[in-house]
Amino acid sequence: MIEVCDLKKSFEGTQVLKGISTVFEKGKTNLIIGQSGSGKTVFMKCLLGLITPTSGTIRYEGRDYAEFNIEEQRNLRQEMGMVFQGSALFDSKTVEGNVMFPLEMFTKQSREEMQERVDFVLERVNLIDAHKKYPSEISGGMQKRVAIARAIVMKPKYLFCDEPNSGLDPKTAILIDNLIQEITNEYQITTVINTHDMNSVMEIGEKIVFLKDGLKEWEGSSKDIFKTDNEAVSNFVYSSELFKKVRQMYLEERA
Amino acid sequence: MNYLTSIGSYAIMVREVFRKPTKWGIMKSLILKEIDELIYGSMGIIIFISFFIGGVVAIQTALNITSPFIPRNLIGFATRQSVILEFAPTFTSIIMAGKVGSYITSSIGTMRVTEQIDALEIMGVNSLNYLVFPKIVAMMLYPFVIAIAMYIGIFGGWVAGVFGGFSSSADFVEGIQLDFIPFHVTYSFIKSIVFAFIIATVPSYHGYYMKGGALEVGKASTVSFVWTSVVIILLNYVLTQLMLG
Repeated sequence: MIEVCDLKKSFEGTQVLKGISTVFEKGKTNLIIGQSGSGKTVFMKCLLGLITPTSGTIRYEGRDYAEFNIEEQRNLRQEMGMVFQGSALFDSKTVEGNVMFPLEMFTKQSREEMQERVDFVLERVNLIDAHKKYPSEISGGMQKRVAIARAIVMKPKYLFCDEPNSGLDPKTAILIDNLIQEITNEYQITTVINTHDMNSVMEIGEKIVFLKDGLKEWEGSSKDIFKTDNEAVSNFVYSSELFKKVRQMYLEERA
Repeated sequence: MNYLTSIGSYAIMVREVFRKPTKWGIMKSLILKEIDELIYGSMGIIIFISFFIGGVVAIQTALNITSPFIPRNLIGFATRQSVILEFAPTFTSIIMAGKVGSYITSSIGTMRVTEQIDALEIMGVNSLNYLVFPKIVAMMLYPFVIAIAMYIGIFGGWVAGVFGGFSSSADFVEGIQLDFIPFHVTYSFIKSIVFAFIIATVPSYHGYYMKGGALEVGKASTVSFVWTSVVIILLNYVLTQLMLG
């Protein structure tokens, strides 16, 4: 579980995060949504420890991240998995090399044990035939799946995903969403996803945090989002005609 | 003020490179890969340049000897001194700043742009140690490159002098052996170790801390070459003053 309390961050006098408080629970897919410039990326970078907040606290399992020394921070990071927007796979390594990398770096497992684990996670993300291929030789959707495999190979407690669906076709995007949700529930990971994708919001949003101008404007589940009367959330989520109709149908059905 | 900030950031980067080392098994393979890329991969251009620089020095010296009272062994002597003291360590280092330095900046810069460095950091890897330390270790073999550059440079001078009809082989060889001071070779190797450290770290600094996209990677490579060359030339002056002055 990650607890965030009154998180603020300023850059050269500009306040980007203006006091965000929320809780990301274990075994749930927690989504951060909001318009461009609302502070989602800065918020996630604060959670990952890549940016130091100006004030406020981030607690991992009850312990304030600011109290961690450098060694403890690095140890905590070994419990984190991250799926980047652009996958961030190592170009010089094969798919197998990318997934094996964290194991080589941080475990004392034998080659056979590592190989077994790599085979298992690659099979879990449906990539059994791509072991020896390089990232440049596989599609964007496959790269995302390799990134997910690399993120979960160390059995992390926390999984962070930055725009996991960007640049993917709708079918592949749904596959990736479902994969993330399955993995979250299966391994009881605290998953935090930064997204613009409204399909993801509807499909896997067990908890949604809506940011606006550096503040938490609304939070709830994908079911709550249909019923909300918060104008900012409605304007953002139902900006397309399709989603407006979906919402209308849902409300009519409920009535 | 910006320069002072950059010098400070560079110093912090160098300190961080030596902190929290990567597992030896992984580091060993990274070092071997960097030796292949940075040292072995540069041998061709170094040999080519050294040979012709040595040849040009011999020809220039010969053409400037107009007095019959100046012995012809001066051609070999001047070639040896020029190549050992300056052309092999300094000129070669400027070439390496361009070849190896831009490779280092662009490879690390691309990793920065594509978030691969962020991925390393989030995994808990000391990315500076992982990326820069193997380059520093590989570049410590640089004096061997310089030794080869010295040999090839003098050989190039001999070829140009003898086959160009400027000097006899005996005169040239006599010139090479004339008033030889072994410390000059030591001085040259000390300089080359310092330059090797600069060639490994200054371009790494420019790649690691770059911001922006693909266009900025290109700009960072150019800036890195300029600064690496400037630092090499300044340190060349300081080291020469300290060791020979």
